[in-house]
Amino acid sequence: MTQYILRRVILAIPVILGILLVTFILARVIPGDPCRAVLGEKATDVICDAFFKRTGLDQPIPVQFMVYLRQIVLEQDLGESFRFGRPVTTIMLERLPVTLELAMASLLFATIFGMVAGIISAYWHNSAIDIGTMVTANIGVSMPVFWLGLLLQYLFALALKDTFLQLPPSGRLSAGLAAPPFYEVWHWSLTEGSNLYAFCSFMANLNIFNALITANWPLLFDAMQHLILPSIAVGTIPMAIIARITRSSLLEVLHLDYVRTARAKGLAELVMVMRHALPNALLPVVTIVGLQLGSSLSGAVLTETIFNFAGLGRTLFEAITARDYVIIQGFTLVVAVSFVFINLIVDISYAFLDPRIRLS
Amino acid sequence: MTATTVSTKTLVKAKEPRSLYTDAVRSLMQKRSAVVGLIMLLVLVFIAISAPIIAPFDPNQQLIGKEEGLKKRSAPCIHLLGCEGPQHIFGVDANFRDFFSRMVYGSQLSLLSGFTSVTFAIIVGTLLGAVAGYVGGGLDNLIMRLMDVLLAFPSLILAIAIVSVLGPGLINALVAIAIVTIPAYARVVRASVLSVKEQEFVTAGRSLGISPAALLFYHVLPNSITPLIVQATLGIGVAIIDVAALSFLGLGAQPPTPEWGSMLSSERNQVFTAPFLVFIPGLAITFVVLAFNLLGDGLRDAIDPRLNRR
Repeated sequence: MTQYILRRVILAIPVILGILLVTFILARVIPGDPCRAVLGEKATDVICDAFFKRTGLDQPIPVQFMVYLRQIVLEQDLGESFRFGRPVTTIMLERLPVTLELAMASLLFATIFGMVAGIISAYWHNSAIDIGTMVTANIGVSMPVFWLGLLLQYLFALALKDTFLQLPPSGRLSAGLAAPPFYEVWHWSLTEGSNLYAFCSFMANLNIFNALITANWPLLFDAMQHLILPSIAVGTIPMAIIARITRSSLLEVLHLDYVRTARAKGLAELVMVMRHALPNALLPVVTIVGLQLGSSLSGAVLTETIFNFAGLGRTLFEAITARDYVIIQGFTLVVAVSFVFINLIVDISYAFLDPRIRLS
Repeated sequence: MTATTVSTKTLVKAKEPRSLYTDAVRSLMQKRSAVVGLIMLLVLVFIAISAPIIAPFDPNQQLIGKEEGLKKRSAPCIHLLGCEGPQHIFGVDANFRDFFSRMVYGSQLSLLSGFTSVTFAIIVGTLLGAVAGYVGGGLDNLIMRLMDVLLAFPSLILAIAIVSVLGPGLINALVAIAIVTIPAYARVVRASVLSVKEQEFVTAGRSLGISPAALLFYHVLPNSITPLIVQATLGIGVAIIDVAALSFLGLGAQPPTPEWGSMLSSERNQVFTAPFLVFIPGLAITFVVLAFNLLGDGLRDAIDPRLNRR
């Protein structure tokens, strides 16, 4: 097992180096002079010479790549945003919790509903309910995420206004609702700027987590209400994909002999499906769920813009509008590297679930 | 010994051999969803081709001052349903343009963007995949690791990064979408070249002295094309949705181009006041993507005999 994990980790290293190379190339082919792009009107020849020297841009390209590698790997420095005038890493850490919360909620939604739909479809294979589910799944994967978000806003905030189904159209919390972070509720004395403070404020920014541990029920309810629509918008495509995979994978298993044996010995249908068939059909589902995190991140870029969530996606959108290349590259790099890690975790969990893989 | 004569009349006429493609078309036509997808697509192609005839106005013509009583973002007005103002069956947008005409012309762009980006990706992807699979060794490793790196990025995010470098615009968006989809085609072609090149007709060709390049392009590739067709059909749907997403983010088609994603983007703040301006383009994108998805799924089932036909 250790050998298997080690092999997967080693295989991931060249991919990560490749990702760094791609983002490096993207950073270097930006049209125009990087000095003028960063400093704008202040850029004179003298200042630019100093700028090139300071940033290492006067060196040959391979040396520049090494400098870039050192900067990112050793110093975790993704550069400074010209729009915000602050380090990209700080901005990303501040906004990551918002996206993380959204991604988790949407994945939870997608997994639960997708699997249930897939199981029902597979069990009543070729029935009206199966056809209905699969048609819906097909439409689900064909819908643009940003459009679905707007549609949900219209439906739940306007058309269903003043009913019990009404949901807030945007934002993470209702205006005026205070969200005291847990370290203030518990009167911890933290020095601003310390690592512990950064960690605590990161965790406190996960609204649902913060509301839960401080037992702030109104906050929890409000945060969850605001999270429902964006999660559905981001989660619909993954849900449709998960439903399709669960269906086809379970269908294969339901035709096997041991399932017939389980039936023959008089097991209740529910027990037979959930305890005997499903665990053996889950492997492809696990892979797909892992891979959908990447699509959730792309979905977040489009959805956070619509629902006014101050997360990574919205930051990227603002950076696009302001042509803030540093943020765009930082974001791309972080997303791609975390994508590689997610794949790694999926591969490893795969091996845990199926001994055939780790032994081969 | 008596000679036995067999009357030819008693012989059952042998069935005409059918080609793989005839078989595939037949089995495609038996799939209801694929037929639905094909019909949807034909409708779209018809609309796109006859746009100048169908659309009552020029897509960029501002009707302000030309029609009495016309308001900014006025709601759909259809004479058949009893509306008495100037007829605009999908309403009018913020710049007093007939929204129906813009939607009709938008279908041209949507189909065109799907086809162009996928065609570009197929050409490059096929070349890379074919060379990697056929030559093998170090070159294969190099190309495929490069593809792995491209696959490591979520496609839309990489496309955003590429367009932000190239500069916004429809052409650049198409190039970006094409670049991020190259690995999918390269992988498909490589896998099928790998399996085809071991077959006897290739060995025969080699022993006849056909040059490796000719062998690859005239003999191996044509036999590896089937999975590519499936991948391309499904890929067009994805490409269309991604191009629309880039336009929605302001990186693709720029106003006043009648592109569905950018039309949706420019009116997205009006979802509560003029919802039709948001609903209609989104519905159209869903329609075209669904058409390609249905057709692609059907094609995969029809062409690929390895899949269980359930």
